[in-house]
Amino acid sequence: MSHKIISREQLSENVFAIDVTAELIASAAKPGQFIILAINSEYSERIPLTIAGCDTEKGTIRLIWQRLGKTTAELADLKVGETIENIAGPLGKPTHLENFGLVVCVGGGIGNAPLLPIATALKKQGNKIISILGARNKELLILEKEFAAISDELIVTTDDGSYGRKALVTEPLKEICQRKQKPDKVFVIGPTIMMKFCCEVTRQFAVPTDVSLNTIMVDGTGMCGGCRVEIDGKPKFVCVDGPEFDGHKVNFDLMLKRLNAYKNNEQKALEQYKNHKCKIGLDKKKSPDSNGGEII
Amino acid sequence: MTEQKRQQLLDELLEKQKQGQLKPADRFAIPCQAMPQQDAMERRNNVEEVTTGYSETQARLEAFRCLGCKTAPCVAGCPVRINIKDFITAIADGEFAKALGIIKENSLLPAVCGRVCPQEVQCQEKCTVGLKFKDVNKAVSIGRLERFVADWGAEQNEKDVPKIAAKTKMKVAIIGSGPGSIVAAADTARAGHDVTVFEAFHKPGGVMVYGIPEFRLPKKIVQKEIDVLEEMGVKIIRNFIVGRTRTIEQLMSEDGFDAVYIGVGAGLPSFMGIQGESLVGVYSANEYLTRANLMKAYKFGNGSDTPIIRAKKIAVVGGGNVAMDCARMALRLGAEKVYLLYRRTEKEMPARVEEVHHAKEEGVEFHTLQSPQKIIGDENSCVKAVECIKYQLGEPDESGRRRPVAIENSEFTIDLDAVIIAIGNGANPLIGQTTPNLKLNKWGNIIVDENCKTSIDGVWAGGDIVLGSATVILAMGQGRAAAVAINKYLSEKLSERSGDN
Ligand SMILES: Cc1cc2nc3c(=O)[nH]c(=O)nc-3n(C[C@H](O)[C@H](O)[C@H](O)COP(=O)(O)OP(=O)(O)OC[C@H]3O[C@@H](n4cnc5c(N)ncnc54)[C@H](O)[C@@H]3O)c2cc1C
Ligand code: SF4
Ligand code: FES
Repeated sequence: MSHKIISREQLSENVFAIDVTAELIASAAKPGQFIILAINSEYSERIPLTIAGCDTEKGTIRLIWQRLGKTTAELADLKVGETIENIAGPLGKPTHLENFGLVVCVGGGIGNAPLLPIATALKKQGNKIISILGARNKELLILEKEFAAISDELIVTTDDGSYGRKALVTEPLKEICQRKQKPDKVFVIGPTIMMKFCCEVTRQFAVPTDVSLNTIMVDGTGMCGGCRVEIDGKPKFVCVDGPEFDGHKVNFDLMLKRLNAYKNNEQKALEQYKNHKCKIGLDKKKSPDSNGGEII
Repeated sequence: MTEQKRQQLLDELLEKQKQGQLKPADRFAIPCQAMPQQDAMERRNNVEEVTTGYSETQARLEAFRCLGCKTAPCVAGCPVRINIKDFITAIADGEFAKALGIIKENSLLPAVCGRVCPQEVQCQEKCTVGLKFKDVNKAVSIGRLERFVADWGAEQNEKDVPKIAAKTKMKVAIIGSGPGSIVAAADTARAGHDVTVFEAFHKPGGVMVYGIPEFRLPKKIVQKEIDVLEEMGVKIIRNFIVGRTRTIEQLMSEDGFDAVYIGVGAGLPSFMGIQGESLVGVYSANEYLTRANLMKAYKFGNGSDTPIIRAKKIAVVGGGNVAMDCARMALRLGAEKVYLLYRRTEKEMPARVEEVHHAKEEGVEFHTLQSPQKIIGDENSCVKAVECIKYQLGEPDESGRRRPVAIENSEFTIDLDAVIIAIGNGANPLIGQTTPNLKLNKWGNIIVDENCKTSIDGVWAGGDIVLGSATVILAMGQGRAAAVAINKYLSEKLSERSGDN
């Protein structure tokens, strides 16, 4: 049962979105869950991607990813009508949704993609939503319009000031925590380093903060332990115990190291893939900039 | 012994047999037939199967060693009660097809079982010949003979697709596709039911494809069994995680399944709970083997996109078959030094003697009576060394094995690039978490009755999720027992329905 790409968009230089058929997953998925895909059954690696949206009528799911290593590059090269052989899911525990009151949703980079369905669901639960979206520059900011539609307040930051406020997301987050009405809950999804610093901010104000972790995975059913992280000093498996955890209990430093375990291998695989494509004259694009082994 | 000499001996035995003069003493005099295998130094560099299998002459000579005991004690040692005496006699007679038929009456996967069953603690342990020589290694090599006939059958290229009874329209869901599930699927499909296998991975076969390495069990053997299932009309749905994609409740109440067999295997690898276990380069055995086997990481950059750390110096912690598989896989992935760290002595090791022997031949260094108590990382949080402590054996514990006791101040360190933790598995929690009313024991294993039925009506379970980490043959045995019960349940349901009409 392969999965056909129904539509494809390039959201920025290295960020892509597809809608792909996966009827069963579309009907079962809840905000916060993810899938594991393998483009080809014989040679591909298995990578986790968060579900950025579902269309139960069309039976499709939306995936958004950043081109980093070989697999994400190969995925970016697939065209509408082409297929992904394997998609398994929905995996992980759904987000715990309730009416917390005032909720801050912080998205960084392509973390905005998995954050959107969560923020939307939180809004439906009656929460007041403040969204903070961060990107390196204007070009890389995604889903601003969609967030604007569901947020009571929207703050955009860019690292270089090319759009919105020139700041890291932690700055407005801190200011909001200092307001008279302190947030009741914070959700952060983005690069691990960003989640770490956001948690350091909210810890000072004792605001409960959930983060969604993106570790390396293999099976996604709790069998291999490759996705383990340290929560409160104890090992937990992101694929079955997560992906969302209390951010104040996550050992981010260790997680950052584990994410880089295969950095050299990934670089090698990507080079090989690009060389191969050059040889067959397909690739005229610029090489993607890598910021570590992280795939969100 | 050269093949020519063997042929000569076989001819003599056949002649004697014809004359009615073949005595037990003649049988005892036949040398045990060694299993041909790849040279150790060569094979540690490839993933091809280590053992290459008996020739016809060897198989018949080995079969002539069997006394054909009236009581056939070997059969009692076999978890699925294969009619061992008769199949061995058929081999001695050169009637291989007949031998295969006899095995298949009880076992669906002889090519697998012949390779991976621990015969030395099952059928061969009970064998009269071994008892006579007071050495289980001198028992009739029942496993090798089983493998021989299975491989012979495969070479004949005859597709052996079992007959299917008239269709019943009853729907059976089989969860997981390990050995227990394969048997349960085949046996329920044979009864005419509409059977669907749901597998979480993108390839079916369970531990036989993701855990047990190619060099012990070539994947094409498992694939062949899967092909047979599909030819029997069994649907295999890959990438389907029961509990997430659909729950058991949904399968039964919304998707119309009348019966369910749960064979999801062990999951949740155990770690030691020591410092440094989350460092880069610490693997569970499951992860290491899944990357290496299922994802073919040994071909990384050349036919596989899945990476694995190519450690030069690596330690494997544990003493079971899984630990042996990891250690031997590490060699094949280019390790120069592979240390096996085990808290007790070799005598207590749960691994099969054959595996220990193969591992040693290939150059795995056994460090017994020691175990890591801390894994040390470098500035990048990559494994740099392990700190071990030495043990001595104390009083026997509940299991009867002598308990290892740490020796004070005996710490020492070993420099390493990677560590594999192969100390066992807990139960896979997903089905339990998503199936209300399914009774589990305190370790999370599913509780079943003698027919493998669970606490939920219409739901059976077997294999590692019930037994804890067990064996292929025990899983198969439970798959078969469950199938018998499922077939009975469904035929009763059917007659109820026709009674209603
Ligand atoms: C490395 C290793 C070496 C071994 N060596 C030997 C040996 O030499 N001899 C021997 O007899 N035994 C050996 N064993 C043990 C043996 O493999 C197992 O006892 C046996 O495979 C258990 O079979 P099972 O039917 O329980 O299913 P398993 O083989 O455990 O397969 C379970 C399947 O279910 C799937 N699954 C899990 N959760 C779900 C879900 N929620 N939905 C759908 N599918 C799911 C899994 O992906 C898997 O494919 C070894 C085990 C390992 C790990
Ligand atoms: S116990 Fe040994 S000798 Fe006797 S029938 Fe079985 S295999 Fe043959
Ligand atoms: S990905 Fe294997 S246990 Fe989580």
